Parts: sequence; C-alpha cells; structure tokens
Amino acid sequence: MNNILRMLAQRISLGVLTLFIVSIIIFLAVSMLPGDAAQAILGQAATPDTIEILRKQLGLDLPAHTRYLTWLSSIVQGDFGTSIGNGREISEVIGVRFFNTIFLAAFAACISVPLALVLGILAALYRNSYYDRTVNALTLTSISTPEFFVAYILILYVSVKTGWFPSLANVHADTGFFERLEKTFLPAVTLTLVSVAYMMRMTRAAIINLLSSSYIEMASLKGMKRLRIITHHALPNAWAPIINVIVLNLAYLIVGVVVVEVVFVYPGLGQLLVDAVQRRDMPVVQACCLIFAATYVSLNLIADILSILTNPRLLHPK
Amino acid sequence: MNQSPDIQSMTNSAVSTRTSRILKELAKAPFSAKLGLLIIVVYVFAAVFAPWLAPYGESEIVGKKYVLANDTFLLGTDNLGRDMLSRIIYGARNTVGIALITTIYAFLLGGITGIFAAVIGGWTDQLLSRTVDILMAIPALIFAMLLLSIFGTSVPSLILIIGLLDATRVFRLCRAVSLNVVVMDFVEAAKLRGEKLVWITIREVLPSISAPLAAEFGIRFCFVFLTISALSFLGLGIQPPTADWGSMVRDTADLITFEDYTPLIPAAAIAILTIGVNFVVDWFLQKTSGLKDEF
Amino acid sequence: MNSDHNELLLEVKGLSVEGFSEDKWHQIVNGVDFCLNRGEILGLIGESGAGKSTIGIAAMGFAKPGCRINGGSIQFDGLELTTATAEEKRRLRGARIAYVAQSAAASFNPAHKLIDQFSETVIQHGLGSRDQAYADAKELYSKIRMPNPDTIGFRYPHQVSGGQLQRAMTAMALACRPDLIIFDEPTTALDVTTQIEVLSTIKDIVEQFNTAAIYITHDLAVVAQMADKIKVLRYGESVEESETRSMLSDPQKDYTKSLWAVRSFRKTEQNVDASSLPLLKVQNVTAIYPGTSKEVLTDIEFEIRPNETVAVVGESGSGKSTLARVITGLLPPRQGQILFEDQSLPSDYRSRSPGQLQKIQMIYQMADTAINPHHKIRDIVGRPLTFYLGLEGQAKQKRLRKLMEMIEMDPDQYLDRLPGELSGGQKQRICIARALAADPSFIICDEVTSALDQLVAEGILRLLDRLQQEFNLAYMFITHDLATVNAIADRVVVMLQGKIVDQGPKNEVFQPPYHEYTELLLSSVPEMDPDWMDRVIAERLAKGGLKSADN
Repeated sequence: MNNILRMLAQRISLGVLTLFIVSIIIFLAVSMLPGDAAQAILGQAATPDTIEILRKQLGLDLPAHTRYLTWLSSIVQGDFGTSIGNGREISEVIGVRFFNTIFLAAFAACISVPLALVLGILAALYRNSYYDRTVNALTLTSISTPEFFVAYILILYVSVKTGWFPSLANVHADTGFFERLEKTFLPAVTLTLVSVAYMMRMTRAAIINLLSSSYIEMASLKGMKRLRIITHHALPNAWAPIINVIVLNLAYLIVGVVVVEVVFVYPGLGQLLVDAVQRRDMPVVQACCLIFAATYVSLNLIADILSILTNPRLLHPK
Repeated sequence: MNQSPDIQSMTNSAVSTRTSRILKELAKAPFSAKLGLLIIVVYVFAAVFAPWLAPYGESEIVGKKYVLANDTFLLGTDNLGRDMLSRIIYGARNTVGIALITTIYAFLLGGITGIFAAVIGGWTDQLLSRTVDILMAIPALIFAMLLLSIFGTSVPSLILIIGLLDATRVFRLCRAVSLNVVVMDFVEAAKLRGEKLVWITIREVLPSISAPLAAEFGIRFCFVFLTISALSFLGLGIQPPTADWGSMVRDTADLITFEDYTPLIPAAAIAILTIGVNFVVDWFLQKTSGLKDEF
Repeated sequence: MNSDHNELLLEVKGLSVEGFSEDKWHQIVNGVDFCLNRGEILGLIGESGAGKSTIGIAAMGFAKPGCRINGGSIQFDGLELTTATAEEKRRLRGARIAYVAQSAAASFNPAHKLIDQFSETVIQHGLGSRDQAYADAKELYSKIRMPNPDTIGFRYPHQVSGGQLQRAMTAMALACRPDLIIFDEPTTALDVTTQIEVLSTIKDIVEQFNTAAIYITHDLAVVAQMADKIKVLRYGESVEESETRSMLSDPQKDYTKSLWAVRSFRKTEQNVDASSLPLLKVQNVTAIYPGTSKEVLTDIEFEIRPNETVAVVGESGSGKSTLARVITGLLPPRQGQILFEDQSLPSDYRSRSPGQLQKIQMIYQMADTAINPHHKIRDIVGRPLTFYLGLEGQAKQKRLRKLMEMIEMDPDQYLDRLPGELSGGQKQRICIARALAADPSFIICDEVTSALDQLVAEGILRLLDRLQQEFNLAYMFITHDLATVNAIADRVVVMLQGKIVDQGPKNEVFQPPYHEYTELLLSSVPEMDPDWMDRVIAERLAKGGLKSADN
C-alpha cells in the first residue's frame, strides 16, 4: 500500500504544482499588456498624475512578485477583484456563472457518458461489422462538425420550425429545476452530439486493446461464457481506460461549453469569458481562465488517481 | 556521378510503379475516402481560383441587406448586403489558407522540437517536455482566448498563438513516435558507427515516422481549422471585412430565428471540409497500421 | 487410473486452417492427420511457420482471430468439433481439453488471484465447489513442488516468478482433470535451469493423471523428453510421424535428418596463440544503470585475443548484454576500463574516434530491428563503406558486391531490396555484411541466433566461422544457449547475477571438475536422449533437492 500512497502523493503534489505554475502564467500574461488597469479604468483622457495616484491605490507600483502573491492570496480567499467593465465584484457574478456551466456540462455528461460507453463497447464487440463501420463514419462526421453548426441545425429544426424546445437558454437564479432542464436541453444535446464521438472512439479502442490480451483468449479457452469473460475478465482491467475516457470527456465538455453558451445565450462562465475578452476586461479574463484551468487540471488529476486506484498490479504490490 | 543509363531507367520505373501503386490503392479505397479526396480537391480548386469563380468582390456591398437567394445572388446577401456566394468562395482562401499556414507552423515548431527531444534525450528532453506539460495544462481554447485578449485579434497573432498551442500537441506525438524509433537497434547501430545526431534524425528516424506524421498533419489541420472557426464565430478570430466562414455564421446568425438557412451555409462549408479530411486520414491510418487493427 | 491406453481419444483427419492477411486468405495448415490415444503424448515439432500452434489450438475446435478451420475433421471422444455448436465446444474447453500457453505472465488475468483462476474453471463447469477447488489446488501445488503450496495460490500473477507461474498454469490446466492438455511451447520463454523444473512438473503430472497431451515445441531435445510419438511439420504440412525413439534414431525424411544434424556442428579449431597480446581487455569493470543503485556488473575481468571466439554465457539477468553495452560505450562503467589493442578506450562511445568505433562492430539478436526497414540493402551495407572508408561510386559498388558474395547472397538479386522482402536469416546476414563493411577486428554477437530457426541459425554460425578464418576476426559471442557455445566458442565466460563465476578455454570449463553453477547449467540443457530428464532429476534428488535461480 505504501507504494500506492507514494504515487498518489506524487500525483497530487504534481497537480498542485501545475496549478501554481498555471496561475503564474495567467498572471504574467496579463501583466505583459501594454498599459495597465489604471490606464484602462481611467481611459485615454486621464492625466499622468491621476493615473499615478490610482496605480498607487491599486498597488500597481509594487514589484511583480509582490503583486502576484497579493493576487493569489486574495483568490484563495475567494476574492477575484473587481471588473473593469462594470466595477462589480467578480466573485459575485462568477459563482452563479460557474454553477450554470457545471450544470450544463453535467447535464450533457449524463446523456453522453452512458451513450458513448454503450456505443463504444458494442462497436468493439462487433468489430468490422456494418454497425461498426456505420458508427465509425458517423462519429468521424460528428467530430468534424463545429459546435455551432450542430447548434443551429437543432435550433432550426427542433425549436424554430417545430417549437418543441426553447432556443434561448436564459435561466435565472430562481429558475426551477425542471424548467432549467427544459431550457438547457438543446445546449446539452449539442454538447452530447459533439462529444459522444470522441468518447465512443476512445472506448472502442480501449476495449479492443483489452480483448486482444492473452488472458482473454485464455479465459475463452478455459470454456468461460462470453458474458463472464466480459464481466469477470475484461471489466476489472478496463476500469482505468474507461475512467480515463470519461474524465477526459468531462474536461472536454467543460471547455466545449464556451461556444454552445454563446449560441444559446446561456449565462455561463464561457459567455462571461467571451464578453470579457471582447471588452478586454482583464481581471474577469484572469478569473475565468483560472477557474477553467483549475477545473481542467483537477479533472485530469482525478483521472490519474482513479486509474492508479483501479490498477490490480499497483493494488497488490509484490 | 557516372550514373549508368540503366540505373537511370530503374529510378524512372521505380517512380512510375510508385504512382501506379498509389493509383491502385486509390481505386481500392472505400467510398468515404474517395468522397473525402473529392471534397479536398473541390476546396483547393475554389481557394486557388477564387477571384475567377466568385461573381462579386470579397467585401463589395452589392445589394440590400439579407436578400434571399435569387438569380442575381445565388445564396442571397448578408447583414451588410454582400454576396454570400462570393464570400463563401473567398472564405475557402482565407479560412483554409490561414488554418493551413497555422498547421504548417505548428508542425515545424512542434515536430522539430519533438523529434529532437526524443533523439537527444536527457535534460533537453526533460526541459521541453515539462514546458509542454504546463502549456497543455490550460485548455487550448481558453488559453487562446487569454492570449488573444492580450495580443489582439489580428491574423498574425492568431496564427502565432494557435500555432504555438497546437505545436504542443504535435510535440507530444512526434516525441512519442520518435521515442519508439530511437530505442530501435538500427538507431543504436548508427550511434555506435559515430553518425551525427542530425544524420540519425533525418536518415534513420524520419522515414520511420513519416506515416504517423502525415496522419497527424491531417488531424491537426482539422483541429486548427475548427479552433480558428470557433474563435471567429466568437468574434475573436479573423476580423471583418475579410470573408471567413466562422465570422459569416456569426454575422448572419440572427436569420436562423426566421427559418432562414443562410447561417448554416458557411457552417456547412466548415463541416464538409473537416469531414473530408478526416475520412482521408482515417483511410490512411487504416492502410498504414491496418495489420495491427486486423488481429 | 482405469482408462485404457489403447482407447482412441482424438482423431484429426485432413485438417486445414487458413488465415487472413493482406486482403487474402492464405493456407496455414494443409491436410494434417494424426490421432491420439488416452494417456498418450504427441510431440508436434517444426520451425516457425510450420503451423504447429495453429494445429494445437484447432484440436480444441478453436481458431485464432483472423483464422478459420476450412477443412477436415476433428473427432474428440466421439464429438465432431468442426461441426459442434459453440456451446458444445465451450463445455469441452477447460473441462475436458485444457490449454497451457507459452507466456503464463500474459495468460493469467492480472486482476485475480492464482487460486481463483484455478477454481474458476471447476466452478463454472459445475464440477465442484469453491472449497473443493481450493483444497485441490493446494494439493496440486504441493505435488508439483511449488514453494509454500498452501499460500502461493493467494498471490496475484505479477507477484510470482516466471517459472512458478508456468507451473501454476500447468496446475490450472489440470483443475478439471481433463482428458487432453495442449502445451504450446510452455518452456520457450524460460531460462534453462528453470525449464527443466517446469518440464519435469509437466511430465510428472501428465503421467500421474494419465492425461493425453499434445506438446508443441521447436526444441527437439525437449520433445524427446516429453513425447511418446513425434510428428514433424513443415509449411503447414506433415513431414513424418513415428514413435519417439525410432524417430530420434532413425528419421526417414531428409528434412528431419537435417533438423537432427544441426546439433553436430563444431567450429574449426583456431590456432590462437595463447601468448599473443590480447585484442580486448576488460579490467575490473563495475556498472550500474543510471538512476539505480544495484550493480548490474561487478568486477568483470577477462580478455579476448585476436582471432578468438569468446562465448559469454548466462541466464536472463546475468548481465551479459549489459557487458556488451559497456564495451561498446553505450553504458560507461562506474569503475574499471576497457583496453583495445593495448590502448584505453574512452568509456563513452561519443568520445571515441571513428577509428576506434570502426574496429568494434556489433550484430544484434533481432535483425528485424537492427536494420532500418525503410532503407535498401545497398544503403544499409553501403553506409559504413562511405562513412569509415570514404568509398564512393564504382569502388563502393564493387565492394558491396564482394560483401554480398561473402555472406552468400546474390548481389544482383538482393542489393535493391528492402529488408521487409527478406527472411529472418537473410536479414541477419545483412547485419553481418554491415559489420564486415566497416572492416573491423572485433565483432560483438549479441544472441545473434536466438531468434532464428535451428537450420537457419546453423547457417549463420557456419558463416561466422568461415569469416573468422578469412579475416582473422575476434568474436565475443553472447548467448544463453549452451549448444551454441559448444558449437562456436574457443573460450567461455560464465556469468551469474552480474559476476563472472567461471572462465577459461572451452575444454576446461566444460569438462570435469566443473564449477558448481556451470555444472547446473550444463546438466540442465536437454539432450536428445529420451531418458535424459528422468536421469538428471533422479541424480539431483539424490544429491539433496533441486536448485535453480527460481526457487
């Protein structure tokens, strides 16, 4: 067990280190901007003197590492600073937005994960059949399609022409759960259609790789039934690749929401980021990027940890 | 050198057998691959001959806003009254061209560093690999948006930023496939012969990884193309008045609520090319690693 | 056991199997017949591509993925397997016909304990409860002299050594007391001292339970120990079949005779001047792999004289290949030095001069990976000519043709081919030509014949011998195979766990009085005598138990 604990500790500290470096990059990138926050707040008309005063107030005259540490420690306490665009506390907005994004990604994952696993396993079991080939062509097509294309086709046919589902996902804090589900249905389906292909192809590859191992052949030469081979011989060794597929897909969904949120005007983190980038509202950009990156790094870390925990060779060391 | 005539004719016949072999493979290719090749050919044709094919200028305002498709404007006009068809044709030049340049840049950067990291190994490899790990810890689209908000949304910065981010993926792949080759005995034999690193890389490693690299180029192009289109759609990519498919979807998006297909046309233009490239890559991958998949 | 030795168990007639590759079906097995009585052991022997594994697995009514049985009949105890339903065949497998694979490490499921994989067969075929199976497993483990038979089953496959795993797999095959077991090269991946234990386990058990068996191998001496009758196969067809002793003493077909004759090759005696200056001197070498702390080589010291073949012999993990890496400069030693022609060689190959690199050449085990599959033979062999000797144009082409003739390959036919168009033996010849092209005085041969069929391997040994005569070459011949050592060595260095335990002229090392480990090695090498194994095991038991690196 010591071995496993050591590996886990290693992965976790590596994850924390990565997050730390990522935060430095995000901080430094923004401080490379010509001009600074003081300039941005006061605009072009400001005199050098007033800018200088504001710089002092904002602490912009301090050296970079001091500013970084101040910035990081306030973020750790939940303070992301104030938006340059509207002067509001970023943490006020960002919590709701983040919740909305997670809600949408989770909704999509609930549909796409089971779907992809089933389709992928079937494609692996019936390899090179017509089913497999059709699914292969379909998934290639769906991988190749931009999110907005799928989104607008859905809007046109399922919303505008038929009126089955709303094309605007304008949820509020007081929108009820089921109304929320209805409003986010089309964005979730869009995300599913685009992401299911990756996951399905990865599942298929992982299962095929697994089924070609000698111990699977041995199990069938021992006269085991097909079902038992799958549940008893393949599955215990398949957790690591399957978990990997799922978590990578979640990471993909978290990022994939950006375009979908814009198409459906959904008040999530992605749309906030796009607006902020267009307005060059750097504190908001920083905050959003940091949250996206942190989620992404954490998901990858979870995948790592879970695949260590399900590896029989590591679980029962020599 | 004194190449005798029959060596000359042998190389000629080698070339012609190679061409005929490729043609034979093509004839045997599945329908999807042929379709993919046809799509690519059509797009390249449109890109090269855009000025001759397009009925109007790229950003010329030729009519009223949002004119529906008719005899003068085969696909209607956009939000400023520019001809959609002409802009779609010019888009092949701009969008595909920029994506292609970006991919080539990403390949040169990521490919060369990746292969050398594998061949040289040691500290050079560690340093490059850890840098790439960190760059890849931030999701590409998010990172691209962060950098674009800093450096501005001009075409050169778009190319440099997307190219850099995709170079990290190319680096990973090139390093991985090269590592498989570098451990081969024939590379060790070359090292023990006293060959220079550059010679080993070009003569021993490159020929063995050219197939996966070619496939990766196709896949990478699709990613770059989709990323640039997504960014343009978000208003952060190729800027007006340049005709670009992603921005064209954005410009005409409102029409969708009036049951108008117009925004779907540029979106489909993006999707069809990517599908075509992916079909060809898929066929190529099955051809070059077919045996592994078969048994 | 009450079953009758003359009762027919398995009858295979006109068996044909085809496999799918490169868009076509190819015949792998073509009309093979044989039959097997209860309790009888049939040895299937042949070189690679003979179709022996395919036949073995077809005897279970099974074909590997990408293959199918396309003709003939397989009657197992009255049931026709070629027409039996999948369910009928499934009920037979494991219960009445069991299979032992070449690689136990890959064939055991890493997620389950050994004993659970043992009892699975019993429980799933409804032949007993878990407790019964557990008890039976422990008894069998103890019968085959596994260490700690009561607890070893509760380990996972990766926690057990290779030889024990192979024995555990044999025990597992016996779980349901099958009528027939198919052994598919079960000892090929094992060291020679481990092999003898696995062989004796298999033989004991098959005799005790009166189980019929098909024993598949490429090793004649092994099959001589195991089988009642032997069938020789080639290119998927039967060459001949007869009772073991008469097959060994009096083979009928030329092909069989040539297989039998392989082991008689001995190199030409070299006139090595014992007083001559050593060509290569390894002094006091100790090495560790970077980032580890365990010494893989400790205090290695030996010499090689011009025109001499020194065989470095040892089992896996003995450090013999590491020694080659140290000499070539791929792994600089932590201590000690290498002298070549009385001059100290820089320890890292990158610091050696082209002249120094040129004089020491290397030939690898896997010719497949030792030559770049994308280059023509002309470029592969031609490169050292240009690189070291500066040959170009006509002079280079002339030398190339000469080299091809030296390795007995037609220059016109082969120079413009790619390695993929050559056979394994031809590729190894190309590697030899590439080494010769550099005009070396010393060649390291790292297991150069291990991946080749015996007849092909013999050809390579003869070639190396002839070249040594012609060009006064010195060889360092790394091998695990004592038959090869016997064939080619002038002097022998025996290695065990990174140390040299014995060295000297072949005649001294391989004659009594032996060094203890050398004796173990020598006595573990199977001989063509069918009684050899029983004799050795009896001797060892009398001396107080079996020993090997494995237990």
